[in-house]
Amino acid sequence: MSVPTSVRTAVEDLVRQEWGRLNASLIKSLGDFQLAEDSLQDAIESALAHWSRNELPTSPFGWVLQVARRKAIDRLRRGASFAQKQAEYEHLLRLDQEAHVPQLPETLKDERLRLIFTCCHPAIEERARVGLTLRTLGGLTTREIARAFLVSEQTMAQRLVRAKSKITKAGIPYEVPDDDLWPERLPGVLQTIYLIFNEGYASTAGDHPIRFDLCDEATRLARVMLSLRPDIAECEGLLCLMLLNHARRDARTSANGDIVLLEDQDRALWDRDMIAEGLARLQTVLRRGEPGPYQLQAAISAIHSEARSFEETDWAEIALIYNALFEMTPNPVLLLNQAVAISYSQSVEAAFARLEQLQADLDDYQPFYAAKADFLQRAGRCDEAKAAYERAISLSTNQAERHLLQAKLSNV
Amino acid sequence: MKYLALLYSDYSTDPDFGSPEFAEMMAAYQAANDRFVADNVMAGGEALQGPETATTLKVRNGKTETMDGPFAETKEQLGGFYIFDCENLDEAIKYAAMIPAAKEGSVEIRPIMELPE
Repeated sequence: MSVPTSVRTAVEDLVRQEWGRLNASLIKSLGDFQLAEDSLQDAIESALAHWSRNELPTSPFGWVLQVARRKAIDRLRRGASFAQKQAEYEHLLRLDQEAHVPQLPETLKDERLRLIFTCCHPAIEERARVGLTLRTLGGLTTREIARAFLVSEQTMAQRLVRAKSKITKAGIPYEVPDDDLWPERLPGVLQTIYLIFNEGYASTAGDHPIRFDLCDEATRLARVMLSLRPDIAECEGLLCLMLLNHARRDARTSANGDIVLLEDQDRALWDRDMIAEGLARLQTVLRRGEPGPYQLQAAISAIHSEARSFEETDWAEIALIYNALFEMTPNPVLLLNQAVAISYSQSVEAAFARLEQLQADLDDYQPFYAAKADFLQRAGRCDEAKAAYERAISLSTNQAERHLLQAKLSNV
Repeated sequence: MKYLALLYSDYSTDPDFGSPEFAEMMAAYQAANDRFVADNVMAGGEALQGPETATTLKVRNGKTETMDGPFAETKEQLGGFYIFDCENLDEAIKYAAMIPAAKEGSVEIRPIMELPE
């Protein structure tokens, strides 16, 4: 059967925009991740068929939700464990009878906050958290997620099945944690969103340095998180950071897919609208006086966004922000980035002295050797610079990154 | 939901019976037990004799083979268990974190399988 383009687009838009909310609502009434997902998938397929034959319903959201509930009723009836699921079954029948009026997303309680805390629960393996969040809230298919993370579809499917089964069997709650648990649990949620973004922004493997789809998805999730908890400054900080970084996407790769470093980027290609949103949000949130690591990283990104050229960048300010950041989250990579800022604000020699103190901690970290090579080259120590570039190349896992380092090496 | 909390610790660093440190440890366990009972989550629990008292057995071809000691030769050994009756994993984690063994060794939480009647 052929599906008209208008119907296909309507269904795809619905999946893109409302999968998370639909799925969250279903999981709430069914108490079962897999059943919710399967029923929602059935309803989406059903929508393609029905909407092609008839007109689009008044509320596609309400239509799909109701059909998904009926699909769940069917699946429960057919299922082997029907006796145990009697309560869910009756609950669904009641919901179905009550739903005379087509349900609009606005009238439905938003259950996504519960869902994101479940998907990012610390008892779930970190890699699975990222995939589960994309599948459950983002509506990406297992195949899409597998492709994004460059693993086989089977591997990703197994990872997701294991995570969903653990949620059910280990009794991982489908709940927003109590207030006293928020400080412990929120960072995991924001980190998962940021991991999704970073996997898109600087893929750890493969031939493409940037995957816009993952960046867009992460930005969307950050917006959802912010709309759910606008009172938490770091939710806004994370969104700012991603907007300001993502604004440089078109300038970050050349026509043939090579990475273009900040100093060589054509700043006219930066997305000014996205920067404007990031800067405006950042200014407001910083005034609240509840600083956090995402806000500070966004502040550094903002300094780059505001600089007219690489040379005019306020490197001294950037070096200072790294101090504050290191106090919050002591991580040697921050000191490496700070050394780079100092190499411009003070001198290459001052920066090199700091770099050498990090050798033991960052011995197998590619960017350490890239920075070291750059400092050595600027200090005129060409032989040592070449050796450092070679070491960096040997540590790189990304084709585009290796190209860049090789180009740098041949310029020494 | 019922959860089994398995307590693992390094026996070689446990305080000697009768020492002030031993009394301190026992008091800490008593305080934890009182809390579990007061919050109505305690569904059982015991401390075990040391791993040197363990016997491991297998039945192969109808023959029982026994061996001295625990199956795994690791530094941290099973020393006791609790059974908690909790709402969900978060609650089980909250109570398991109160077990003194969690501070020195580790506690593994496993949901107890509910078999259909």
